[in-house]
Amino acid sequence: MMLIPCPWCGPRNETEFHYGGQADVSYPAEPQQLSDADWARFLFYRANPKGIFTERWNHQAGCRRWFTIRRDTTTNEIFQDDSHEAVTR
Amino acid sequence: MPRTPGADLPDHPDWLWNSPEPKRSYDVVIVGGGGHGLATAYYLAVNHGITNMAVLESGWLAGGNMARNTTIIRSNYLWDESAGLYEHAMKLWEGLEDELDYPLLFSQRGVLNLAHSLQDVRDSKRRVGANRLNGIDAEWLDADQVAEICPILNTSEDLRYPVLGATWQPRAGIAKHDHVAWGFARALDRMGVDLVQNCQVTGFDRIGDRITGVRTTRGDIAAGKVALAAAGSTSVLTDELGLALPIQSHPLQALVSELLEPVHPTVVMSNAVHVYVSQAHKGELVLGAGIDSYNSYGQRGAFHTIERELTAAVELFPMFSRAHVLRTWAGVVDVTPDASAIMGLTPFENLYVNCGWGTGGFKATPGVGWCYAHTIAHDEPHPLNAPFNLDRFTTGALVDEHGAAGVAH
Repeated sequence: MMLIPCPWCGPRNETEFHYGGQADVSYPAEPQQLSDADWARFLFYRANPKGIFTERWNHQAGCRRWFTIRRDTTTNEIFQDDSHEAVTR
Repeated sequence: MPRTPGADLPDHPDWLWNSPEPKRSYDVVIVGGGGHGLATAYYLAVNHGITNMAVLESGWLAGGNMARNTTIIRSNYLWDESAGLYEHAMKLWEGLEDELDYPLLFSQRGVLNLAHSLQDVRDSKRRVGANRLNGIDAEWLDADQVAEICPILNTSEDLRYPVLGATWQPRAGIAKHDHVAWGFARALDRMGVDLVQNCQVTGFDRIGDRITGVRTTRGDIAAGKVALAAAGSTSVLTDELGLALPIQSHPLQALVSELLEPVHPTVVMSNAVHVYVSQAHKGELVLGAGIDSYNSYGQRGAFHTIERELTAAVELFPMFSRAHVLRTWAGVVDVTPDASAIMGLTPFENLYVNCGWGTGGFKATPGVGWCYAHTIAHDEPHPLNAPFNLDRFTTGALVDEHGAAGVAH
């Protein structure tokens, strides 16, 4: 079980969190202009790195807020992102 | 003179296959020496006469998901596309022991897919109808009939999610996963196909968009065609080419109990309370459930996932409360957005991809081998795997198996 650092509540058990997958996937700026291939990329394609992954978590059983961390997908080592963007994006 | 304990062990029994040095060039190189890679090589040799071929495995043969799955074999999928492919696999399973002349402990003891709510019941009956239209054996059983087939299952009404009935596929069952891999490997070795272990593919040689070989930890190897069968590690390979795939790698855990007397006569799966259980020939109860939620290549998951699945198991099988967990482990499974596999051509010439089997690739092993071999040999998909192309994520022609199968393969 991972101990995940919530920026507001501190380190808490993984069971309190909901996983959100890859971070920084934003809705297309001009959806009407998007090709089918670009829609596919937005809807279905996510990075799947072996190593550092920048990802979203929601503290579902706590403060219920979203935040971003970087985690090594081979070791589960977590690097907390303390930047303002990590909690506001 | 005291002897070192274990120093007097007998010699290792004869190996079923050799471990040759890789040659510098092959007609076909298959990346991944698991069940799918071995089966594909087998049917390339038998159906298409290709034997100047190597199967490259980064670790040891069949040591990835092939060694870690829960060995359930069934073909009762909802959609025509899935039914076609899985039923083709089922028919091959039914002749595979004779074909390979090797004991696979293939046991058609049937599978019960439990329904716990009215919507479950409706969906299950719909799936039984769809299966029958596709020529797949399927029946709807009420709770009493379920109890007749599997007496240790708690079919009383006082469960939080009572068993309202189940679908029943009598031809489903289990097989001994290691033996399946060994059977294919032995046959391949006899046909002169090189099975190369401890040989990790680190990149590709290419001329423009044409793949001409692979780079490995044991040197560069030229190849007429390169076929990927690397499951959870596929993204690591395709990232080298800048080829994005809609797969996410997750841990999938399984566990066994200690050896017990035969108590469990069939295979039971429950999507709603989420556990699947069979009893191996040796006597272990074999249990599995869902993936751990996060992306990982770690081949390990968290214990709360195990705890949740055992809660469900004990609720359904009260006698399991006296069993003990002997071993837990995890594999790395590559999950797609529509819970169906990706098998076919790629934007690169002479590069083929088979991945995205997620939590359910074992049952498809011979069917994958058959169809993927056809795809590689003819440079076009077999009709059975044509719907599972990569383009479907752009065209929208998804094969959405979440409801009938995607949760618990």
